[in-house]
Amino acid sequence: MGELAAFIILSVITLASAVVVVTSGNIVRSALSLVPTFLGITGLYILLQAEFVAGIQVLIYAGAITVLILFVIMLTEGGTGLRTRQVNEQVPLGMLAAAVLALILIAVFSGTEWPKASGSLPQYTAAPIGEAFLTSAVLIFEITSLVLLVSLMGAIIIARRER
Amino acid sequence: MVELAWLIPVFPLAAFALITAFGRRLPGEGAYVAVAGIIASALLSIGIFLQMLGHPTPYEANFRWMLVGQLPLDLGIRVDALTTVMLLVVTVVGSMIFIYSIGYMHEDPRYSRFFAYLSLFAASMLLLVLANNLVFLYAGWELVGLCSYLLIGFYFERPSAARAAMKAFITTRVGDVFMFLGILLLFFTLGTFRFEEIFTKVSQGALTGQTIGGLPTLTVAAVLIFGGAVGKSAQFPLHTWLPDAMEGPTPVSALIHAATMVAAGVYLVARAYTLFFASPGQEALLAVAYIGGISALMAATIAVVQDDIKRVLAYSTISQLGLMMLGLGVGGYTAGMFHLTTHAFFKALLFLGAGSVIHAMRTNDIKQMGGLAKVMPSTYWTFLIGALALSGIFPFAGFWSKDEILLEAFHNNPALFVVGALTSFLTAFYIFRVIFYTFSGTLRSHDAHPHESPGVMTGPLWVLAAFSTVIGFVGAPFLGNPFHAFLRFEGVEAVPFSPTLALASLAIAAAGIGAAAVVYHWKIVPAQALRRAAGPLHTLVANKYYLDELYAVAIVRPVLWIAWALRNFDVYVIDALVNLFGLAGVGLARLYRLMDTYIVDGLVNVVGYAVKGAGGVLRYVQTGRAQNYLLAIALGVIVLLATGLFR
Amino acid sequence: MQVGLTHFLIVSALLFCLGLYAVLTRRNAVAILMGIELMLNAANVNLIAFNKFTAPGALNGQVFALVVITLAACEAGVGLALVMAAYRNLETIHVDEINVMKW
Repeated sequence: MGELAAFIILSVITLASAVVVVTSGNIVRSALSLVPTFLGITGLYILLQAEFVAGIQVLIYAGAITVLILFVIMLTEGGTGLRTRQVNEQVPLGMLAAAVLALILIAVFSGTEWPKASGSLPQYTAAPIGEAFLTSAVLIFEITSLVLLVSLMGAIIIARRER
Repeated sequence: MVELAWLIPVFPLAAFALITAFGRRLPGEGAYVAVAGIIASALLSIGIFLQMLGHPTPYEANFRWMLVGQLPLDLGIRVDALTTVMLLVVTVVGSMIFIYSIGYMHEDPRYSRFFAYLSLFAASMLLLVLANNLVFLYAGWELVGLCSYLLIGFYFERPSAARAAMKAFITTRVGDVFMFLGILLLFFTLGTFRFEEIFTKVSQGALTGQTIGGLPTLTVAAVLIFGGAVGKSAQFPLHTWLPDAMEGPTPVSALIHAATMVAAGVYLVARAYTLFFASPGQEALLAVAYIGGISALMAATIAVVQDDIKRVLAYSTISQLGLMMLGLGVGGYTAGMFHLTTHAFFKALLFLGAGSVIHAMRTNDIKQMGGLAKVMPSTYWTFLIGALALSGIFPFAGFWSKDEILLEAFHNNPALFVVGALTSFLTAFYIFRVIFYTFSGTLRSHDAHPHESPGVMTGPLWVLAAFSTVIGFVGAPFLGNPFHAFLRFEGVEAVPFSPTLALASLAIAAAGIGAAAVVYHWKIVPAQALRRAAGPLHTLVANKYYLDELYAVAIVRPVLWIAWALRNFDVYVIDALVNLFGLAGVGLARLYRLMDTYIVDGLVNVVGYAVKGAGGVLRYVQTGRAQNYLLAIALGVIVLLATGLFR
Repeated sequence: MQVGLTHFLIVSALLFCLGLYAVLTRRNAVAILMGIELMLNAANVNLIAFNKFTAPGALNGQVFALVVITLAACEAGVGLALVMAAYRNLETIHVDEINVMKW
């Protein structure tokens, strides 16, 4: 029971904030609205017994990415253009597409008999994840780090002021 | 020698070829070559004559030219008495005229061509005479017709000369059609063209009793062949071309229209005499005689009122040819041929003399002449000899031959004898009228300065005059009539000589001369009075019995009308039809062009426009905005999902 | 009632579609990037949920989700750098004004 209540509260938080992110006319408000979205998702992770991922989610998403977005908003003109139109002319079609997709997905998801699997998650997932990264998923680990390096360099180069 | 007879036409033919090819570059601009050719033929003819005198058997040589189906066409020659006489006449008289032409045609710009034509004519005439079958003879016949046309129209810049040439050719052509029909008739009934075979078959009775269209075949064939002779010898009713043919140069008139070509008709009748003789009741012969008689008398009357010296001689020729036909027709085979021989010499002489006069006076009108006897003695004396020969005065040539004809007529057909006698009277009258107008008295024209002609012209005149004097004696009865012995027809007996008749004919001739002298020399009866007395008769005769006008209206005009009608039909109907096809083609082509431009090209263009239009519309999809593309993708994915879901 | 897989899936589906809506309709480039982040997060929720309910034996889902987060971070960094560069050159961050490749 408590789990269900927690789930509903967290979902509402997440979805409501997401709605704000998506529909707000003020770009800064929508950026800031990302935070509760991400935090809601963190809660959902914890509900799903993925506390390490939840921690990383807060760190990266709510911490780094949101800040990054805010930086860019400030550095570009977006923050000052309060009176400009924020949505383009595709709103009806976009809303239709999104709605239809949502319907389709929900219909599929709720209609499918998902297979029940055996086994159970470990209580504390941090150590097993670390172990997994260094044994079975080591290649992904290394490549991801390489991608990080490249994108870091790339971002610096792209955003550099031309001389 | 007689085996070489085929060379006789070859010499002048070679001359013709040489002159045509080389012309001016030849010696004497071709004249000497032509004269050499004819003289060579003359010598060969004399040689053959001498040979034939000794051995009078006919000689034939045949060369098979080709086979037309079953029918063989031969080129063959026949040399017998008749041929020999004709050869002599043509080549000897021809030689004289050729030589005369050297002087007469001296300044003419087409000098070489004249001699080329003359040589061609000589070759053709000799061919005609030598032929041993009707086809070959017809070939020669047509060739001489062609040469006559070319030579009459020699001065073709004159429209009158061109017209005269056409008239001659077409009129003789009418006769030639009849002749060809006769040839065909003989061929289809007897199956051969050769004289020898035809005459043998006929005398053996091949055509006796046969009729065609109700008439006896033999008579019809003979009369048809005579039709050709009527045309060529200018007998009534096809005589109208000869007076107009005087437009040609005088040597031409002498050679062709007096001595030789016009005599070809007489020769033809003589050659085909078997046919005429064998025709039932000898009706064909009668036809020949009557036509001859009519022509003789009619032409003589017209000659009396002519003022052009050459026309007098032309009508005289018609008249004398009529006499020859008359002679042949009444059974005087030898008499007719004898007169042909003598006539050739003295008529050629008269024409050449007239040419000499014309050359000096530069006019043909005798009313402008006068007193030329003193200025041109050679011409005068030779002309006088010729006139006496024509009139039939003893001892000149004409006396003997004409007398023989009158003799035959008197015995066989008295009516025609009267005709002949009248003709003789008129002949003497008109020729001496010419002499008195031309040579005696004083010169009437004030512009002319006549002088005697050069020796090259008077020489032949004297030669012909000599012949005209003596040649009569070959038919003289007191010398045994060697001509008759040489040339006669089996089955026809010559009438024995009658001195009374001879005297009578002489008297008639003298009367004619006397009458002429009375009117024109001593001027006892003025010519004006005579004309007024004759009145309408004079008008009729002066207008040549209106025959030319009759022919013009009855024949020439309808034929021209038909020709014009056909021409219009051709231009407006046939050409129009052809043009219609052409226009139809053009129209169709235009239609195709339209179709091509608007429909075919249109289709292609429409495709282009469609693509362009589609592109023009579809390009707006490329907004350049990534979000639009993204939306499209999203919608596409959703559609795919939906179809996958609801399958 | 028990919170089952389907609930989480529905949440992630809604989140994803909201993200899609943002990408399709927002003019501001940064807003589009924010939509992309939402979509990625929805995918992550899916992964973790599936891991717990259908394959709890291993932690593959979580490992994958971690990698996704990392990559999302890289992509956000590069993307925003691009936005900055574009802003510097084209004077605008409204993507519907960037239509140089239009017809």
